[in-house]
Amino acid sequence: MKNPLDSLWGTVISGLILTLILHVIVSHALGG
Amino acid sequence: MDWVPAISRWIHLLAGVMWIGLLYYFNFVNVAAAKAAAADGTAAGISKHVMPRALFWFRWAAVVTWLAGAALLGRHFLDAFLFLNKSYYAIGVGAWLGTLMLINVWGLIWPNQKKILGMVQATDEEKNRARRVAFLASRTNTMFSLPMLYFMAAGAHTALYFG
Repeated sequence: MKNPLDSLWGTVISGLILTLILHVIVSHALGG
Repeated sequence: MDWVPAISRWIHLLAGVMWIGLLYYFNFVNVAAAKAAAADGTAAGISKHVMPRALFWFRWAAVVTWLAGAALLGRHFLDAFLFLNKSYYAIGVGAWLGTLMLINVWGLIWPNQKKILGMVQATDEEKNRARRVAFLASRTNTMFSLPMLYFMAAGAHTALYFG
């Protein structure tokens, strides 16, 4: 499997996915 | 006016813009530019005149950003980093991401860039490995910068993001 970080857009999309995952985790931790 | 948090926030933003601005310059501009320059034999100018200066401001802006952020957290530093208080969960995530990025800068990017730029002795094999490690560390920081900036914004406006 190709490393998404080898591509600029793969890096940006990975960052967006990580943001979404962390948002959900923090939201749950805050009781949202 | 409470001078320490006010000035700390200002310096945190100034240095942060320089740090992440240069990170984006490396990733959005320089990777492709260096590749094109290597193809037409003009890469030496970038390596000699641009990269050392850009890396100087990049790595020290990272330190100033982190220190100003720590000063801004003040007595709530542990609330954020150890997630002791819900009000500091969002900024805690941002602070951890920023800390990992600082470690990447000083632990991976800068030591490997020194080999790539010939500031320390390295064989061709070591330089090739250094290029790959520095590249992936820089890309990792670019990836981290998205949630890091999201949680920095959320830390100051928690109700807006998590209300």
